[in-house]
Amino acid sequence: MKMVMVYSDNEKTAKELLAKARGLADERKEKTVLITVGSGPAVWAKDMVKFGADRVIVTAKELENPKAEEAAQIISTVAEEEGEKVIMVSSTKTGKETAPRLAAKMGAGSASDVTKLWFEGDDLTAERVVYSGNAIAVVRFIQLPAVVTVPGKVFDPLAPDEGRTGEVVERDVPPGEHRSRVLSVEAMRSEGANVEDAEIIVSCGRGFKSSDDLKLINELAEALKGNTVGCSRPIAADLKWLSEDHWIGLSGHKVKPKLYVACGISGQIQHVAGMRDSGIIVAINKDPEAPIFKSADYGIVGDLYTVLPKFISAVKERM
Amino acid sequence: MNIAVCAKTVVDVSEIKVNKSTNKPVLEGIPKKISDIDRNAVEEAIRLKEKLGGKISVITIGTPDSKEKMKELLAMGADEGVLIPPPEKNDYHLTSLLLAKAVEKMGNVDLVMCGEASIDMFSGQIGPRIAGILDWPQLTYAFKVEAEADKVKATRNMGDSMVVSESTYPALITVTKEINEPRLPSLMQILGSASKPIHEWGHADLGISDLSPKVETVELKGITMERKNVVFKDDIDEAVSELANRLAKDGVLGG
Repeated sequence: MKMVMVYSDNEKTAKELLAKARGLADERKEKTVLITVGSGPAVWAKDMVKFGADRVIVTAKELENPKAEEAAQIISTVAEEEGEKVIMVSSTKTGKETAPRLAAKMGAGSASDVTKLWFEGDDLTAERVVYSGNAIAVVRFIQLPAVVTVPGKVFDPLAPDEGRTGEVVERDVPPGEHRSRVLSVEAMRSEGANVEDAEIIVSCGRGFKSSDDLKLINELAEALKGNTVGCSRPIAADLKWLSEDHWIGLSGHKVKPKLYVACGISGQIQHVAGMRDSGIIVAINKDPEAPIFKSADYGIVGDLYTVLPKFISAVKERM
Repeated sequence: MNIAVCAKTVVDVSEIKVNKSTNKPVLEGIPKKISDIDRNAVEEAIRLKEKLGGKISVITIGTPDSKEKMKELLAMGADEGVLIPPPEKNDYHLTSLLLAKAVEKMGNVDLVMCGEASIDMFSGQIGPRIAGILDWPQLTYAFKVEAEADKVKATRNMGDSMVVSESTYPALITVTKEINEPRLPSLMQILGSASKPIHEWGHADLGISDLSPKVETVELKGITMERKNVVFKDDIDEAVSELANRLAKDGVLGG
Protein backbone atom coordinates (compact mmCIF):
# COMPACT_ATOMS: atom_id res chain seq x y z
CA MET A 1 0.00 0.00 0.00
CA LYS A 2 1.38 3.38 -0.98
CA MET A 3 1.08 6.09 1.58
CA VAL A 4 1.97 9.63 2.42
CA MET A 5 3.81 9.75 5.72
CA VAL A 6 4.19 12.70 8.06
CA TYR A 7 6.86 13.12 10.71
CA SER A 8 6.86 16.13 13.00
CA ASP A 9 8.13 16.81 16.51
CA ASN A 10 5.72 19.74 16.70
CA GLU A 11 1.97 19.22 17.14
CA LYS A 12 0.87 22.34 15.25
CA THR A 13 3.04 21.59 12.22
CA ALA A 14 1.99 17.94 12.33
CA LYS A 15 -1.63 19.03 11.78
CA GLU A 16 -0.65 21.34 8.91
CA LEU A 17 1.39 18.65 7.19
CA LEU A 18 -1.37 16.09 7.71
CA ALA A 19 -3.84 18.36 5.91
CA LYS A 20 -1.56 18.45 2.85
CA ALA A 21 -0.82 14.72 3.12
CA ARG A 22 -4.57 14.06 3.25
CA GLY A 23 -5.06 16.02 0.02
CA LEU A 24 -2.26 14.22 -1.81
CA ALA A 25 -3.40 10.81 -0.56
CA ASP A 26 -7.06 11.36 -1.47
CA GLU A 27 -6.08 12.40 -4.98
CA ARG A 28 -4.22 9.14 -5.44
CA LYS A 29 -6.45 6.91 -3.32
CA GLU A 30 -3.67 6.30 -0.84
CA LYS A 31 -3.49 6.42 2.94
CA THR A 32 -1.92 8.89 5.34
CA VAL A 33 0.36 7.80 8.14
CA LEU A 34 1.67 9.91 10.97
CA ILE A 35 4.76 8.63 12.73
CA THR A 36 6.10 9.98 16.01
CA VAL A 37 9.43 9.29 17.68
CA GLY A 38 10.02 9.94 21.37
CA SER A 39 8.02 10.62 24.52
CA GLY A 40 6.97 14.22 23.72
CA PRO A 41 4.93 13.68 20.54
CA ALA A 42 3.50 10.41 21.91
CA VAL A 43 1.24 12.60 24.07
CA TRP A 44 -0.63 14.23 21.16
CA ALA A 45 -0.17 11.50 18.54
CA LYS A 46 -3.58 9.91 19.25
CA ASP A 47 -5.42 13.14 18.40
CA MET A 48 -4.06 13.15 14.87
CA VAL A 49 -6.68 10.78 13.48
CA LYS A 50 -9.28 13.54 13.62
CA PHE A 51 -6.85 15.85 11.81
CA GLY A 52 -6.50 13.50 8.85
CA ALA A 53 -4.32 10.51 9.76
CA ASP A 54 -5.52 7.05 8.67
CA ARG A 55 -2.86 5.44 10.78
CA VAL A 56 -0.76 6.78 13.64
CA ILE A 57 2.42 4.93 14.51
CA VAL A 58 3.90 5.79 17.89
CA THR A 59 7.52 4.72 18.38
CA ALA A 60 10.30 4.99 20.94
CA LYS A 61 8.11 6.36 23.75
CA GLU A 62 10.99 5.70 26.12
CA LEU A 63 13.25 8.26 24.40
CA GLU A 64 12.95 11.72 25.92
CA ASN A 65 15.28 13.44 23.44
CA PRO A 66 15.59 11.22 20.38
CA LYS A 67 18.69 11.90 18.30
CA ALA A 68 18.49 12.45 14.54
CA GLU A 69 20.42 9.21 14.10
CA GLU A 70 17.73 7.33 16.03
CA ALA A 71 14.76 9.09 14.41
CA ALA A 72 16.15 8.51 10.90
CA GLN A 73 16.74 4.84 11.64
CA ILE A 74 13.27 4.28 13.09
CA ILE A 75 11.44 6.18 10.33
CA SER A 76 13.35 4.48 7.52
CA THR A 77 12.63 1.05 9.02
CA VAL A 78 8.91 1.77 9.34
CA ALA A 79 8.70 3.51 5.96
CA GLU A 80 10.27 0.57 4.18
CA GLU A 81 7.89 -1.87 5.90
CA GLU A 82 4.81 0.23 5.29
CA GLY A 83 5.70 1.13 1.72
CA GLU A 84 5.51 4.89 2.19
CA LYS A 85 6.49 6.80 -0.90
CA VAL A 86 6.24 10.44 0.15
CA ILE A 87 7.54 11.50 3.53
CA MET A 88 6.76 15.00 4.74
CA VAL A 89 8.85 16.30 7.64
CA SER A 90 8.36 19.54 9.57
CA SER A 91 11.09 22.15 8.97
CA THR A 92 11.86 22.50 12.64
CA LYS A 93 15.57 22.22 13.43
CA THR A 94 14.93 18.63 14.53
CA GLY A 95 13.11 17.88 11.30
CA LYS A 96 15.76 19.60 9.20
CA GLU A 97 18.55 17.51 10.63
CA THR A 98 16.56 14.28 10.48
CA ALA A 99 15.07 14.49 6.96
CA PRO A 100 18.36 14.52 4.97
CA ARG A 101 19.79 11.66 7.00
CA LEU A 102 16.56 9.72 6.46
CA ALA A 103 16.67 10.49 2.72
CA ALA A 104 20.29 9.29 2.53
CA LYS A 105 19.41 6.05 4.33
CA MET A 106 16.47 5.42 2.00
CA GLY A 107 18.27 6.51 -1.16
CA ALA A 108 15.53 9.10 -1.63
CA GLY A 109 15.49 12.45 -3.36
CA SER A 110 14.73 15.44 -1.19
CA ALA A 111 13.71 19.08 -1.14
CA SER A 112 13.93 21.51 1.78
CA ASP A 113 11.38 24.06 2.96
CA VAL A 114 8.85 23.45 0.22
CA THR A 115 6.02 25.97 -0.11
CA LYS A 116 3.97 24.02 -2.69
CA LEU A 117 3.69 20.31 -3.26
CA TRP A 118 1.63 18.50 -5.89
CA PHE A 119 1.54 15.61 -8.32
CA GLU A 120 2.07 16.64 -11.92
CA GLY A 121 0.74 13.44 -13.49
CA ASP A 122 2.73 10.81 -11.59
CA ASP A 123 5.60 13.15 -10.77
CA LEU A 124 5.81 14.65 -7.32
CA THR A 125 6.66 18.32 -7.83
CA ALA A 126 7.54 21.02 -5.32
CA GLU A 127 8.35 24.70 -5.16
CA ARG A 128 10.84 26.30 -2.86
CA VAL A 129 12.41 29.71 -2.44
CA VAL A 130 16.12 29.90 -3.34
CA TYR A 131 18.84 32.53 -3.77
CA SER A 132 17.82 34.42 -0.61
CA GLY A 133 14.33 35.10 -1.86
CA ASN A 134 15.29 36.10 -5.41
CA ALA A 135 13.82 33.03 -7.08
CA ILE A 136 11.45 30.10 -6.78
CA ALA A 137 12.81 26.74 -7.90
CA VAL A 138 10.34 24.20 -9.25
CA VAL A 139 11.74 20.73 -8.58
CA ARG A 140 10.50 17.40 -9.88
CA PHE A 141 11.17 14.05 -8.24
CA ILE A 142 12.42 11.69 -10.93
CA GLN A 143 11.56 8.76 -8.69
CA LEU A 144 10.05 8.01 -5.32
CA PRO A 145 10.54 7.74 -2.39
CA ALA A 146 10.74 11.46 -1.70
CA VAL A 147 11.53 13.26 1.54
CA VAL A 148 10.46 16.90 1.79
CA THR A 149 10.60 19.34 4.67
CA VAL A 150 7.80 21.85 5.09
CA PRO A 151 7.93 25.03 7.18
CA GLY A 152 5.15 25.92 9.61
CA LYS A 153 2.14 27.88 8.33
CA VAL A 154 2.58 26.84 4.70
CA PHE A 155 -0.56 24.68 4.82
CA ASP A 156 -3.71 25.16 6.89
CA PRO A 157 -4.71 22.33 9.23
CA LEU A 158 -8.03 20.55 8.67
CA ALA A 159 -10.85 21.26 11.08
CA PRO A 160 -10.91 18.37 13.58
CA ASP A 161 -13.41 15.72 12.51
CA GLU A 162 -14.45 13.66 15.53
CA GLY A 163 -16.13 11.14 13.23
CA ARG A 164 -12.99 10.30 11.29
CA THR A 165 -11.71 6.80 11.96
CA GLY A 166 -8.17 5.56 11.95
CA GLU A 167 -5.92 3.30 13.92
CA VAL A 168 -3.31 4.21 16.48
CA VAL A 169 -0.57 1.65 17.04
CA GLU A 170 2.49 1.56 19.20
CA ARG A 171 5.49 -0.01 17.53
CA ASP A 172 8.69 -1.18 19.10
CA VAL A 173 11.31 -0.28 16.52
CA PRO A 174 14.99 -0.44 17.46
CA PRO A 175 16.60 3.03 17.24
CA GLY A 176 20.02 1.48 16.65
CA GLU A 177 23.33 2.03 18.38
CA HIS A 178 24.92 5.42 17.74
CA ARG A 179 28.08 6.85 19.25
CA SER A 180 26.74 10.34 19.98
CA ARG A 181 24.95 11.22 23.18
CA VAL A 182 22.91 14.15 24.40
CA LEU A 183 24.46 15.69 27.51
CA SER A 184 21.92 18.44 28.18
CA VAL A 185 18.87 20.15 26.74
CA GLU A 186 17.78 23.57 27.92
CA ALA A 187 15.22 26.03 26.66
CA MET A 188 16.69 28.76 24.50
CA ARG A 189 16.50 32.22 26.06
CA SER A 190 13.23 33.73 24.89
CA GLU A 191 11.48 36.99 25.58
CA GLY A 192 8.25 35.62 24.17
CA ALA A 193 8.20 37.76 21.03
CA ASN A 194 5.90 36.29 18.42
CA VAL A 195 7.13 38.07 15.31
CA GLU A 196 5.61 35.55 12.92
CA ASP A 197 2.05 36.47 13.92
CA ALA A 198 2.61 40.21 14.42
CA GLU A 199 0.73 42.79 12.34
CA ILE A 200 3.15 45.60 13.09
CA ILE A 201 6.86 45.10 13.70
CA VAL A 202 9.49 47.66 14.60
CA SER A 203 12.94 46.25 14.01
CA CYS A 204 16.42 47.33 15.01
CA GLY A 205 19.92 46.71 13.66
CA ARG A 206 23.53 47.70 14.05
CA GLY A 207 22.69 51.42 13.81
CA PHE A 208 22.03 51.33 17.57
CA LYS A 209 25.03 52.13 19.72
CA SER A 210 23.96 50.39 22.91
CA SER A 211 21.31 48.01 24.21
CA ASP A 212 19.88 50.81 26.38
CA ASP A 213 19.01 52.72 23.23
CA LEU A 214 16.60 49.97 22.17
CA LYS A 215 14.05 51.71 24.38
CA LEU A 216 13.48 53.97 21.37
CA ILE A 217 12.36 50.90 19.43
CA ASN A 218 10.04 49.83 22.23
CA GLU A 219 8.53 53.32 22.39
CA LEU A 220 7.88 53.36 18.66
CA ALA A 221 6.40 49.86 18.76
CA GLU A 222 4.13 50.96 21.58
CA ALA A 223 3.12 54.18 19.79
CA LEU A 224 2.21 52.16 16.69
CA LYS A 225 0.13 49.87 18.94
CA GLY A 226 2.22 47.02 17.58
CA ASN A 227 4.32 46.18 20.62
CA THR A 228 6.32 43.69 18.62
CA VAL A 229 10.04 44.25 18.29
CA GLY A 230 12.20 42.52 15.73
CA CYS A 231 15.89 42.71 14.94
CA SER A 232 18.56 41.78 12.44
CA ARG A 233 21.12 39.03 12.97
CA PRO A 234 23.88 40.96 14.81
CA ILE A 235 21.51 42.18 17.55
CA ALA A 236 20.34 38.65 18.44
CA ALA A 237 23.19 36.40 17.38
CA ASP A 238 26.34 38.44 18.01
CA LEU A 239 25.51 41.20 20.53
CA LYS A 240 22.68 39.21 22.18
CA TRP A 241 20.85 42.43 23.11
CA LEU A 242 17.62 40.62 22.23
CA SER A 243 16.76 36.92 22.32
CA GLU A 244 16.52 34.93 19.11
CA ASP A 245 12.72 35.00 19.03
CA HIS A 246 13.14 38.60 17.78
CA TRP A 247 15.53 37.65 14.96
CA ILE A 248 14.15 38.23 11.48
CA GLY A 249 15.95 36.88 8.42
CA LEU A 250 16.95 33.84 6.45
CA SER A 251 18.20 31.93 9.49
CA GLY A 252 15.83 33.71 11.87
CA HIS A 253 12.06 34.13 11.56
CA LYS A 254 10.15 34.94 8.39
CA VAL A 255 7.49 37.59 8.91
CA LYS A 256 4.69 39.27 6.99
CA PRO A 257 3.22 42.11 9.04
CA LYS A 258 1.08 44.91 7.58
CA LEU A 259 3.79 47.38 8.57
CA TYR A 260 7.50 46.73 9.01
CA VAL A 261 9.73 49.54 10.27
CA ALA A 262 13.48 48.86 9.92
CA CYS A 263 15.59 51.19 12.05
CA GLY A 264 19.34 51.23 11.70
CA ILE A 265 19.26 48.07 9.57
CA SER A 266 21.48 48.15 6.50
CA GLY A 267 19.31 45.67 4.60
CA GLN A 268 21.55 42.75 3.79
CA ILE A 269 19.80 40.27 1.55
CA GLN A 270 19.61 37.68 4.35
CA HIS A 271 17.56 40.12 6.44
CA VAL A 272 15.36 41.16 3.54
CA ALA A 273 14.64 37.47 2.84
CA GLY A 274 12.90 37.32 6.23
CA MET A 275 10.67 40.38 5.79
CA ARG A 276 10.12 40.85 2.07
CA ASP A 277 6.49 39.70 2.25
CA SER A 278 5.58 42.59 4.58
CA GLY A 279 2.78 44.95 3.54
CA ILE A 280 4.44 48.35 3.90
CA ILE A 281 8.15 48.59 4.61
CA VAL A 282 9.67 51.70 6.20
CA ALA A 283 13.42 52.23 6.52
CA ILE A 284 15.25 54.70 8.75
CA ASN A 285 18.99 54.80 8.18
CA LYS A 286 21.66 57.47 8.12
CA ASP A 287 23.44 55.98 5.11
CA PRO A 288 21.65 57.06 1.92
CA GLU A 289 23.36 54.19 0.09
CA ALA A 290 22.07 51.49 2.49
CA PRO A 291 20.45 48.68 0.47
CA ILE A 292 17.43 48.71 2.80
CA PHE A 293 16.05 51.73 0.90
CA LYS A 294 15.72 49.58 -2.24
CA SER A 295 13.45 47.22 -0.30
CA ALA A 296 11.41 49.98 1.32
CA ASP A 297 8.21 51.80 0.42
CA TYR A 298 9.19 54.80 2.51
CA GLY A 299 12.56 55.79 3.81
CA ILE A 300 14.05 58.55 5.90
CA VAL A 301 17.74 59.27 5.54
CA GLY A 302 18.85 60.50 8.92
CA ASP A 303 20.37 59.63 12.28
CA LEU A 304 17.90 57.35 14.03
CA TYR A 305 18.65 59.09 17.35
CA THR A 306 17.20 62.29 15.83
CA VAL A 307 14.53 60.72 13.64
CA LEU A 308 12.96 58.24 16.05
CA PRO A 309 11.90 60.66 18.85
CA LYS A 310 10.33 62.96 16.25
CA PHE A 311 8.67 60.06 14.45
CA ILE A 312 7.29 58.69 17.74
CA SER A 313 5.68 62.10 18.45
CA ALA A 314 4.31 62.34 14.91
CA VAL A 315 2.76 58.88 15.22
CA LYS A 316 1.24 59.66 18.64
CA GLU A 317 -0.36 62.82 17.26
CA ARG A 318 -2.14 60.81 14.60
CA MET A 319 -3.35 57.89 16.67
CA MET B 1 43.10 14.98 14.04
CA ASN B 2 42.31 14.74 10.33
CA ILE B 3 39.49 17.05 9.35
CA ALA B 4 37.68 17.23 6.02
CA VAL B 5 35.71 20.43 5.40
CA CYS B 6 33.09 20.58 2.66
CA ALA B 7 33.07 24.02 1.05
CA LYS B 8 30.89 25.21 -1.80
CA THR B 9 31.61 27.96 -4.28
CA VAL B 10 28.38 29.92 -4.75
CA VAL B 11 27.17 32.96 -6.63
CA ASP B 12 27.05 36.05 -4.44
CA VAL B 13 23.29 36.14 -3.80
CA SER B 14 23.32 39.85 -3.00
CA GLU B 15 24.36 40.53 -6.62
CA ILE B 16 21.51 38.58 -8.23
CA LYS B 17 19.06 40.60 -10.31
CA VAL B 18 15.85 39.39 -11.89
CA ASN B 19 15.41 39.96 -15.61
CA LYS B 20 11.96 41.54 -15.69
CA SER B 21 11.14 40.57 -19.27
CA THR B 22 11.90 36.85 -18.83
CA ASN B 23 11.12 36.78 -15.09
CA LYS B 24 14.26 34.70 -14.52
CA PRO B 25 17.08 35.36 -12.09
CA VAL B 26 20.26 36.31 -13.94
CA LEU B 27 23.01 33.98 -12.67
CA GLU B 28 25.60 34.47 -15.40
CA GLY B 29 28.37 36.94 -14.73
CA ILE B 30 27.62 37.10 -11.00
CA PRO B 31 30.76 37.12 -8.83
CA LYS B 32 31.38 33.86 -6.99
CA LYS B 33 32.61 33.26 -3.46
CA ILE B 34 33.00 30.55 -0.86
CA SER B 35 29.65 30.15 0.86
CA ASP B 36 29.90 32.21 4.06
CA ILE B 37 29.09 29.51 6.59
CA ASP B 38 31.52 27.05 4.96
CA ARG B 39 34.20 29.62 5.72
CA ASN B 40 33.17 29.42 9.40
CA ALA B 41 33.56 25.63 9.18
CA VAL B 42 37.11 26.05 7.83
CA GLU B 43 37.95 28.54 10.59
CA GLU B 44 36.69 26.15 13.26
CA ALA B 45 38.70 23.30 11.72
CA ILE B 46 41.84 25.46 11.86
CA ARG B 47 41.20 26.22 15.54
CA LEU B 48 40.81 22.50 16.28
CA LYS B 49 44.02 21.76 14.40
CA GLU B 50 45.85 24.47 16.35
CA LYS B 51 44.83 22.69 19.54
CA LEU B 52 45.16 19.06 18.54
CA GLY B 53 47.41 19.01 15.47
CA GLY B 54 46.59 17.11 12.31
CA LYS B 55 45.63 17.93 8.77
CA ILE B 56 42.77 19.83 7.12
CA SER B 57 41.47 18.91 3.68
CA VAL B 58 38.93 21.06 1.90
CA ILE B 59 36.58 19.26 -0.52
CA THR B 60 34.72 21.19 -3.19
CA ILE B 61 32.45 19.98 -5.97
CA GLY B 62 32.88 22.60 -8.63
CA THR B 63 34.17 23.72 -11.99
CA PRO B 64 37.91 24.39 -12.41
CA ASP B 65 37.46 28.10 -11.56
CA SER B 66 36.57 27.01 -7.99
CA LYS B 67 40.32 26.42 -7.47
CA GLU B 68 40.93 30.14 -7.07
CA LYS B 69 38.36 30.30 -4.27
CA MET B 70 39.75 27.14 -2.64
CA LYS B 71 43.14 28.85 -2.44
CA GLU B 72 41.59 31.40 -0.08
CA LEU B 73 40.81 28.53 2.31
CA LEU B 74 44.31 27.10 1.92
CA ALA B 75 45.67 30.55 2.74
CA MET B 76 43.55 30.63 5.91
CA GLY B 77 45.23 27.43 7.06
CA ALA B 78 43.79 24.36 5.33
CA ASP B 79 46.51 21.98 4.12
CA GLU B 80 45.16 20.63 0.87
CA GLY B 81 42.21 20.80 -1.47
CA VAL B 82 40.23 18.15 -3.31
CA LEU B 83 38.26 19.29 -6.32
CA ILE B 84 35.56 17.05 -7.78
CA PRO B 85 33.84 18.01 -11.04
CA PRO B 86 30.07 18.51 -10.78
CA PRO B 87 27.97 15.75 -12.38
CA GLU B 88 26.06 16.75 -15.49
CA LYS B 89 22.85 16.79 -13.47
CA ASN B 90 23.17 17.35 -9.77
CA ASP B 91 21.03 17.00 -6.69
CA TYR B 92 21.56 16.61 -2.95
CA HIS B 93 21.74 12.83 -3.32
CA LEU B 94 24.64 12.98 -5.79
CA THR B 95 26.47 15.85 -4.11
CA SER B 96 26.45 14.16 -0.71
CA LEU B 97 27.36 10.79 -2.24
CA LEU B 98 30.42 12.29 -4.00
CA LEU B 99 31.50 14.08 -0.81
CA ALA B 100 31.01 10.97 1.35
CA LYS B 101 32.99 8.84 -1.10
CA ALA B 102 35.77 11.46 -1.10
CA VAL B 103 35.91 11.26 2.70
CA GLU B 104 36.13 7.46 2.47
CA LYS B 105 38.88 7.67 -0.16
CA MET B 106 40.93 9.97 2.07
CA GLY B 107 40.77 7.42 4.86
CA ASN B 108 41.58 8.26 8.48
CA VAL B 109 39.23 11.24 8.59
CA ASP B 110 38.22 11.92 12.19
CA LEU B 111 35.87 14.80 11.61
CA VAL B 112 33.86 16.11 8.68
CA MET B 113 32.78 19.72 9.03
CA CYS B 114 30.19 21.60 6.98
CA GLY B 115 28.36 24.91 7.19
CA GLU B 116 24.76 24.49 8.38
CA ALA B 117 23.63 25.43 4.85
CA SER B 118 24.98 27.10 1.72
CA ILE B 119 23.86 30.67 1.26
CA ASP B 120 22.52 30.15 -2.28
CA MET B 121 20.10 27.25 -1.69
CA PHE B 122 19.99 27.27 2.13
CA SER B 123 18.82 23.66 2.23
CA GLY B 124 20.99 22.26 5.00
CA GLN B 125 20.84 18.86 3.30
CA ILE B 126 24.47 18.01 2.71
CA GLY B 127 25.86 17.59 6.25
CA PRO B 128 23.23 15.17 7.62
CA ARG B 129 23.12 13.30 4.29
CA ILE B 130 26.88 12.68 4.40
CA ALA B 131 26.58 11.50 8.01
CA GLY B 132 23.75 9.18 6.93
CA ILE B 133 25.74 7.69 4.05
CA LEU B 134 28.80 7.14 6.23
CA ASP B 135 26.59 6.07 9.16
CA TRP B 136 28.48 8.46 11.43
CA PRO B 137 27.09 10.47 14.36
CA GLN B 138 26.00 14.00 13.42
CA LEU B 139 26.25 17.09 15.61
CA THR B 140 24.33 19.78 13.73
CA TYR B 141 23.86 23.54 14.15
CA ALA B 142 26.90 23.83 16.43
CA PHE B 143 27.78 27.30 17.68
CA LYS B 144 30.47 26.03 20.03
CA VAL B 145 32.76 23.05 19.53
CA GLU B 146 35.14 21.63 22.13
CA ALA B 147 37.34 18.83 20.86
CA GLU B 148 39.60 16.52 22.77
CA ALA B 149 41.80 13.72 21.52
CA ASP B 150 39.12 11.06 21.96
CA LYS B 151 35.81 12.93 21.73
CA VAL B 152 34.14 16.12 20.61
CA LYS B 153 31.39 18.16 22.27
CA ALA B 154 29.09 20.56 20.43
CA THR B 155 26.67 23.16 21.78
CA ARG B 156 23.84 23.32 19.28
CA ASN B 157 21.14 25.83 18.41
CA MET B 158 18.06 23.65 17.91
CA GLY B 159 15.61 26.54 17.71
CA ASP B 160 13.54 26.37 20.88
CA SER B 161 16.26 24.58 22.76
CA MET B 162 20.00 24.53 23.23
CA VAL B 163 21.35 21.00 23.09
CA VAL B 164 24.81 19.88 24.12
CA SER B 165 25.86 16.67 22.40
CA GLU B 166 29.03 14.64 22.44
CA SER B 167 30.49 11.99 20.19
CA THR B 168 33.57 9.89 19.73
CA TYR B 169 35.34 9.98 16.34
CA PRO B 170 34.67 9.79 13.49
CA ALA B 171 31.79 12.26 13.47
CA LEU B 172 30.25 15.00 11.37
CA ILE B 173 29.62 18.53 12.60
CA THR B 174 27.67 21.34 10.94
CA VAL B 175 28.34 24.85 12.25
CA THR B 176 26.35 28.09 12.34
CA LYS B 177 27.65 31.51 11.39
CA GLU B 178 27.89 32.56 15.05
CA ILE B 179 30.55 30.00 15.92
CA ASN B 180 33.49 32.22 15.01
CA GLU B 181 34.84 35.09 12.94
CA PRO B 182 36.81 33.61 10.02
CA ARG B 183 40.38 34.95 9.90
CA LEU B 184 41.78 36.99 7.05
CA PRO B 185 44.99 35.41 5.80
CA SER B 186 48.21 37.42 5.84
CA LEU B 187 50.07 38.22 2.64
CA MET B 188 52.64 35.56 3.54
CA GLN B 189 49.88 32.98 3.93
CA ILE B 190 48.34 33.98 0.61
CA LEU B 191 51.70 33.55 -1.11
CA GLY B 192 52.28 30.29 0.75
CA SER B 193 48.95 28.84 -0.39
CA ALA B 194 50.25 28.62 -3.96
CA SER B 195 52.43 25.67 -2.99
CA LYS B 196 49.64 23.73 -1.26
CA PRO B 197 48.19 20.93 -3.38
CA ILE B 198 44.71 20.83 -4.90
CA HIS B 199 44.00 17.27 -6.03
CA GLU B 200 41.47 16.64 -8.76
CA TRP B 201 39.42 13.49 -8.27
CA GLY B 202 37.07 12.23 -10.97
CA HIS B 203 33.80 10.42 -10.34
CA ALA B 204 35.38 7.11 -11.34
CA ASP B 205 38.21 7.69 -8.81
CA LEU B 206 35.47 7.74 -6.19
CA GLY B 207 33.97 4.50 -7.45
CA ILE B 208 30.71 6.10 -8.52
CA SER B 209 29.31 5.02 -11.87
CA ASP B 210 25.61 5.79 -11.45
CA LEU B 211 25.36 9.54 -11.75
CA SER B 212 21.60 9.76 -12.09
CA PRO B 213 19.95 12.29 -9.79
CA LYS B 214 16.71 11.68 -7.89
CA VAL B 215 15.45 15.24 -8.27
CA GLU B 216 15.76 17.80 -11.04
CA THR B 217 15.08 21.51 -11.13
CA VAL B 218 12.64 22.11 -13.96
CA GLU B 219 12.23 25.85 -13.64
CA LEU B 220 13.61 28.91 -11.87
CA LYS B 221 11.17 31.78 -11.52
CA GLY B 222 12.41 35.21 -10.51
CA ILE B 223 10.77 36.98 -7.58
CA THR B 224 10.67 40.72 -7.94
CA MET B 225 9.74 43.02 -5.11
CA GLU B 226 7.86 46.13 -6.16
CA ARG B 227 8.25 48.86 -3.58
CA LYS B 228 7.38 52.54 -3.68
CA ASN B 229 10.98 53.58 -2.85
CA VAL B 230 9.95 57.06 -1.64
CA VAL B 231 12.88 58.45 0.33
CA PHE B 232 12.73 61.60 2.45
CA LYS B 233 15.88 63.41 3.50
CA ASP B 234 17.29 66.79 4.59
CA ASP B 235 14.49 68.29 6.69
CA ILE B 236 13.82 65.65 9.35
CA ASP B 237 10.75 67.40 10.82
CA GLU B 238 9.10 67.51 7.44
CA ALA B 239 10.22 63.94 6.69
CA VAL B 240 8.66 62.39 9.81
CA SER B 241 5.45 64.36 9.34
CA GLU B 242 5.19 63.32 5.69
CA LEU B 243 5.97 59.69 6.57
CA ALA B 244 3.32 59.62 9.30
CA ASN B 245 0.78 61.13 6.90
CA ARG B 246 1.54 58.54 4.23
CA LEU B 247 1.24 55.67 6.72
CA ALA B 248 -2.09 57.06 7.97
CA LYS B 249 -3.31 57.29 4.37
CA ASP B 250 -2.16 53.72 3.70
CA GLY B 251 -4.27 52.64 6.66
CA VAL B 252 -1.49 51.13 8.77
CA LEU B 253 -1.65 53.66 11.61
CA GLY B 254 -4.15 52.98 14.33
CA GLY B 255 -4.75 49.36 13.34
